[in-house]
Amino acid sequence: MSSFKKGLTDGLPIGLGYLAVSFSFGILAVAGGLNVWQATLISMTNLTSAGQFAGLTIMVSGGGIAEMIVSQFIINLRYSLMSISLSQHIDLSMKIPQKLFFGEFHTDEIFAVSMGRPEKLGRKYFLGVIIAPYVGWSLGTFLGAVCGEILPSMITSALGVALYGMFIAIVVPVMKHSWKMSIVVAIAVIMSVCFTYVPGINQITSGFAVIICAVSASLFGAIVFPLKEEKKEQT
Amino acid sequence: MNWAEFFKYLALMAGVTYLIRVLPYIFMRKEVNNRFFKSFLAYIPYTVLAAMTFPAILSATGSIYSAIAGLLVGVAVAFFEKGLLVVALSSCVAVLLTELIQKFVF
Repeated sequence: MSSFKKGLTDGLPIGLGYLAVSFSFGILAVAGGLNVWQATLISMTNLTSAGQFAGLTIMVSGGGIAEMIVSQFIINLRYSLMSISLSQHIDLSMKIPQKLFFGEFHTDEIFAVSMGRPEKLGRKYFLGVIIAPYVGWSLGTFLGAVCGEILPSMITSALGVALYGMFIAIVVPVMKHSWKMSIVVAIAVIMSVCFTYVPGINQITSGFAVIICAVSASLFGAIVFPLKEEKKEQT
Repeated sequence: MNWAEFFKYLALMAGVTYLIRVLPYIFMRKEVNNRFFKSFLAYIPYTVLAAMTFPAILSATGSIYSAIAGLLVGVAVAFFEKGLLVVALSSCVAVLLTELIQKFVF
């Protein structure tokens, strides 16, 4: 099998998964006041889940420039580690222009399948592996946004919860297997509740609030419960 | 949202995200082995998702009751590790059923 086809095959299941996740992002984007094309453009240029969702929240609440920059930086910082690992797993066909192009497509899932390949990878593999995820992510957002505009509000309100459902599906199993993670996540949630309901600090905009909760809890975790080996991340 | 405002946000979002991915790809030569930093980054995705989900989910649907139903069902199904789609759809169905019951029964 050619390396392009290998990539294509590796990317296909990722693309199908993305289709579903981005569908609910499209629904939420339209519910927040964006139009179909704006929702789709976000997905076509960002290709992140948590990052986009946080960005969307900041957009629709009219948040500031600093809030947007800091939240995107923190939430997506893990990609820099993935890029460093991937940079040692590529062959000589990957020069600066190819890196400038393919770097945009480093997501948790594409990282995971690429690193799972025993051989060093080249541009043909990467071209193959990014197609289905990129199309799935963009198309899913578009379809979700269109449905968000035409379906009755009771249906969209139910579908809007899907993205939260997926976040729950990512976090809960990890908590179940790691008491360290459970404590750290619980701290983040308790802080998040305070930032929502306690008078005074609930004036802090949601983008900053999420960052303060996540960074404080994770710092606490890294200091008190440092992890022994690399944890597999998925978002 | 008007396009000028939208593009301002989009450029920031996409720009920061792109640079985070590409700059280390091109310039960093060594793996990061700092245990503290690695642990911090391992915790970040989960704390971000958790802080974004709760309590925001409570006001994400038509009523607080349907939101609580969606949350509880989601957590229960996720606890048994049923996968992303099953968890998400179970949450949606719980929300929809609760809202239908509220509308037609009460």
